[in-house]
Amino acid sequence: MPAPSACVPASAPAPAAAPAAATAPAPALRRKHRRSALRTAAFLSPWLIGCGVFFAYPLLSTVYFSFTKYDGFRPPAFNGLDNWTYLFTGYPLFWPAMRNTLWLVVVVVTCRTLFGLGIGLLITRIRTGAGLLRTLFHLPYLAPPVAATLAFVFLLNPGTGPVNTLLEGAGLPAPGWFTDAGWSKPALTVLALWGIGDLMVIFMAALLDVPKEQYEAAALDGAGPWQRFRHVTLPNIAPIVLFAVVTGVVQVMQYYTQPLVAGKVAAGVIGGSGQQFEPGYPGKSTLTLPQIVYNAGFQRFDYGTACAVALVLFALSMACTALLMRRGGGLLGAGE
Amino acid sequence: MPRTRSLTALATALVTTCVLATACTGPSGSAAADDPKADVTLNFWHGWSAPGEVAAIEENIARFQAAHPNIKVKVTGNMTDDKINQALRAGGDKAPDVVSSFTTDSVGKFCNSGAFTDLGPFLAKSGIDATKVFPRTLLDYTRFDGNQCTLPLLHDAYGLVYNKDAFREAGITEPPGTWSRFVEVARQLTKPSGDSYERVGIMPTFHGYETTPMRLAAQWSPTYFTPDGRANLAGDPAFARMLSAQKDLVDKLGGYGRLERFRATFGDEWSAEHPFHQGKVAMQIDGEWRPGMAQEAGVTFEIGTAPLPVPDDQAADYGKGYLSGTVVGMARGSKKQNAAWELVKYMTTDTDAVVAFANAIHNVPSTLAALDSPKLQVTPEFKTFLDIARHPRSSTTPAQADGGTYQLTFTDFAYAVEKGEVTDIAAGLARTDRQIDADIAKAK
Repeated sequence: MPAPSACVPASAPAPAAAPAAATAPAPALRRKHRRSALRTAAFLSPWLIGCGVFFAYPLLSTVYFSFTKYDGFRPPAFNGLDNWTYLFTGYPLFWPAMRNTLWLVVVVVTCRTLFGLGIGLLITRIRTGAGLLRTLFHLPYLAPPVAATLAFVFLLNPGTGPVNTLLEGAGLPAPGWFTDAGWSKPALTVLALWGIGDLMVIFMAALLDVPKEQYEAAALDGAGPWQRFRHVTLPNIAPIVLFAVVTGVVQVMQYYTQPLVAGKVAAGVIGGSGQQFEPGYPGKSTLTLPQIVYNAGFQRFDYGTACAVALVLFALSMACTALLMRRGGGLLGAGE
Repeated sequence: MPRTRSLTALATALVTTCVLATACTGPSGSAAADDPKADVTLNFWHGWSAPGEVAAIEENIARFQAAHPNIKVKVTGNMTDDKINQALRAGGDKAPDVVSSFTTDSVGKFCNSGAFTDLGPFLAKSGIDATKVFPRTLLDYTRFDGNQCTLPLLHDAYGLVYNKDAFREAGITEPPGTWSRFVEVARQLTKPSGDSYERVGIMPTFHGYETTPMRLAAQWSPTYFTPDGRANLAGDPAFARMLSAQKDLVDKLGGYGRLERFRATFGDEWSAEHPFHQGKVAMQIDGEWRPGMAQEAGVTFEIGTAPLPVPDDQAADYGKGYLSGTVVGMARGSKKQNAAWELVKYMTTDTDAVVAFANAIHNVPSTLAALDSPKLQVTPEFKTFLDIARHPRSSTTPAQADGGTYQLTFTDFAYAVEKGEVTDIAAGLARTDRQIDADIAKAK
């Protein structure tokens, strides 16, 4: 997500400003500069308009609404820091959602990156059946999230699901999965790993792009498999790893459908009419920040607090991305 | 300057017309100025989705259109509250003029936010005294803070649906009337099977479909708020007693973990796989629709119905229960409010319309006249729910500015109690009160 400042074209007026400070330019030169600036603005205008309408305006509106009492029916009324105070000290869903989102960011992004890389390595190395395996690992990614989540909840049903039947048959403990607050996030992680197809394709492309000569040179120098991976593969694919981590963080920050559907189905309220439902079953363990944006704005009629949550999410995404880019600088450098 | 004079005359005429028109509408409070006799098309959104229910609402609308040839109604079904709220906010020609919602708990939000218009002036204009048409409890849940922004369209009464064959097999001759007897009967009907069950007497946990804390609490006749509007869960001992009684029942039937593992094997509430239909539970806290649904699912056992048990010290009140139901409102932004009122008035107050709709979808009628109508089809199972609906001590949850958020907060605490995570219920209820007060203050 670009920073607001990224929307501002910084170079357009600069050429006219420098000569103006020294000597007053001739009228013809001024007209030329003005025409040049207008031409630049005209070429930039589609982007400027798009950025303004779809990024800057919504962002500024979100900031504005976060300081208002607004239910969507009556005009917004300025209420100072009420929404922010309520968010941090009164809204009972905020801190559980924050904890869960951070847990998922750390665990899901790490697991998906490692698993995606591992599957990519496996498929690029095996000689027979690679096509079949590639298809098998990619197919789940194409499944609609709601259908995939429903299938997982039924597969992991502690009473009737085949997974627990197998575990019990093998004499292993059978967890409650989506009905147990301690197991629901690991179950969501398993679901995220099942849909690893996108990362697998990206890593496969990166791995196939590593120059063979470097492996040959390393082998001649006596490097073993781990050393070849550490000193040849990893530096070459470092930008892709960084890309996978940054996009993974942004995706998990927006994690909404899977935890909501899993929570609702496991709670047994999928078809209930007239029943109110706050997300997060069991025990708020599947609650994520995007879910409470919806909860505050559309279920509690509190746009102001919803906007405050959205801004927290925005700041968190920016901070994580900035941190990763800064740390990733070394990673990127390793590939150069 | 003739042109200027003409403009001045036109402006004067317009202003005069406006002033006179305003004067003629009187101080009713209704801003509606549309002609109910003009040809108009209304958008009506509702939540019913089952084929039989959709057919019933369409028949109801057809009868209305036959009686009001100038009003055409465009019906859109299967609408959830979230979709309705979005459409009401967006407004415009395609937004609904009349809306029905299953979520009784949302009435406070609908009224408080001004999403629905106050029907009080329309009732007055039509000479309808709501207190003489609708049962008191139903009026309670369709208004907030003096704003009658919705009216009831049929309603639900909650009672006990039970498997008579299972009762006979266990030597139980009648449904339990008091809580202590209920616990005893539930234990007698429970058949353990290893670490699980073949059947439970009742699934007492609060995720057990209709077994919500509010429905159970109604048997203790609780007062949710003090007269000055503050949460009263800690103040009224009814809540702590209900929570303790439910936790005791959970423990006596095998404990939370074991029951929840068994609950995970249950099918969907609205399908033939409902555990009551399949014999996995012998008693079910449910609405008046369950006996009909069970019969449609082809159950082979005999079904009985009864009011929910009451605490032992309130045995005289046996027969009461929790009431809620579908509500109907008019969009505040609708420009066809007088025509919309004709539809709302017909659906909610016309005795034949209410009875026909109640017969079609097996709900409890929502007007006093319809409850006593000879045209109402009453089976012995259904009569139990009609009696609960008429019981003077039957109650509902009050409308609040935050809708049903306060109920969700209470429910959240009840989940913690039944799991055994709460050692001090009184302190927990006091914390819950503070949260409810904070949420309501935020919503107001």
